[in-house]
Amino acid sequence: MRSERQVTRRHLLGALAATGAAALWPAGGAAQPRAVSTRAIPASGEAVPAVGLGTWITFNVGNDPVARDACADVMRAFFAAGGRLIDSSPMYGSSQAVVGYGLRKLGALARVFAADKVWIGSGSRGPAQIEASRAAWGVPRFDLVQVHNLLAWEAHLPTLFAMKAQGSLRYVGITTSEGRRHEEFERIMRSQPLDFVQLTYNILDREAERRLLPLARERGMAVIVNRPFREGALIRKLERHPLPGWAAEIGCRTWAQVALKFILAHPAVTCAIPATTRADHAAENVAAAAEPLPDAALRARTIADVEKL
Amino acid sequence: MSEWWTYSLSDFLLFSPRTYYRLFELYNDDIWPAQVAALALGAAILALIVRGPRGRGRAVAVMLAACWLFVAWAYLLRHYDTINWAARYFAAGFAIEALLLLVAAARGNLSFRGVVRDAARSTGFALFAFALVLQPLIGPLLARPFAQIELFGAAPDPTVVGTLGVLLAARRVHWTLLVVPLLWCAVGGATLWAMQAPDAAVMPAAAVAATALSALKSRAFRNRGARVATPHE
Repeated sequence: MRSERQVTRRHLLGALAATGAAALWPAGGAAQPRAVSTRAIPASGEAVPAVGLGTWITFNVGNDPVARDACADVMRAFFAAGGRLIDSSPMYGSSQAVVGYGLRKLGALARVFAADKVWIGSGSRGPAQIEASRAAWGVPRFDLVQVHNLLAWEAHLPTLFAMKAQGSLRYVGITTSEGRRHEEFERIMRSQPLDFVQLTYNILDREAERRLLPLARERGMAVIVNRPFREGALIRKLERHPLPGWAAEIGCRTWAQVALKFILAHPAVTCAIPATTRADHAAENVAAAAEPLPDAALRARTIADVEKL
Repeated sequence: MSEWWTYSLSDFLLFSPRTYYRLFELYNDDIWPAQVAALALGAAILALIVRGPRGRGRAVAVMLAACWLFVAWAYLLRHYDTINWAARYFAAGFAIEALLLLVAAARGNLSFRGVVRDAARSTGFALFAFALVLQPLIGPLLARPFAQIELFGAAPDPTVVGTLGVLLAARRVHWTLLVVPLLWCAVGGATLWAMQAPDAAVMPAAAVAATALSALKSRAFRNRGARVATPHE
């Protein structure tokens, strides 16, 4: 049931002009994207680019003006490549404020698909935390708020559903990472009308394939994939080895592209959110969503080859 | 925290090593020239614990308390808190240590008179000198920029190691004053370990040395039947 389409440069430029974000695009034609692959959010049919931007560690740079500008450069490259979804959390130190700094600097408040989390043990303090997060981003409202690692989800989900009903939030989700609490995660997916779920899935961490990803398709939930590179450790390990010959068959020039295409080829996946400190990597990641993606046979071969390394 | 056994140290690291060390660069720039005062305080403390007039125990405790308070406010609250939401709790711990040192100063508990010339005393002097002179140089020796230097009285790690040195050099063991520094050795060591820093063993090593020598000193003190009131200096 995956809905996927290629957005042409003309479509993108039109959309950007409508949001006033065209200024983000460098004047040079070489930096302009040819196409960006999108996926539909099952709950609404809205299309989002299949590669987003994570902010765990990489955007937690405090008040360092040099590092904040470097993060804004990453965001500029990400947006210019066609990316939209940025994910953060109050748990990530200064990341939310740094995202907000970048959005204001780039004039990209209307461009971003703002995905954040609520992460507090007290349900009654959830709304205040969400409001503080929104203020840090500087957006009029969040597109998506997720309950971070299921913390106090019983208390937070009613708040989020109420916000959605009032129009102060567009989508509601839950998150987990590194395969934790999958049984409870599954129970919540079965019992709650969630729009999004966020979980860990990559070439080596495939626990989600067993139950959660099929369930997300069945229940019509969008899936955001975190830790696609195992916080970079997977790519650092793979880069010690030459890229296999079959990588060229799916248009990959780097191991990072191989890892992302593997994830995005799963029919339940809506968006992967790699984090990076490099602008060129941000653009390269967004480009990895473009066709062709590996078929089932090549995905199996990818697993076999990577597990041997 | 559910499924706590599935977490590793690196799961708790909120920032990159680059951000962590760059913070010291910004901090040093922000507090300049407070480093000069901190080093002067350090030199004064070293002189006083080696040899000094009556009342030096009170003076040392007050100066140490000033260092802990400054680190709590200037570094932990105003800088580290921007990248680590736990820093405010660490700052509270540092403030508690400062308070305990001030109480020790008021009561005249910290004494350096009549100290037995044992391994604890020698190690205490060495540890303090290390914290004042050598520990700040570890970063530059590991090719980190000199501007990111961590100094006694301004940065937490050398302040904590220096305090362990002072407490080891004191006449008797002050377990109450040792708790917070030892806890910070665990926190600081774990942070550096998670960042895979080459000098990650420094803080745990200082903690192990301080704990072992304090335990030996405590036992020797009891064996001598020296449970007498500490003479006020």
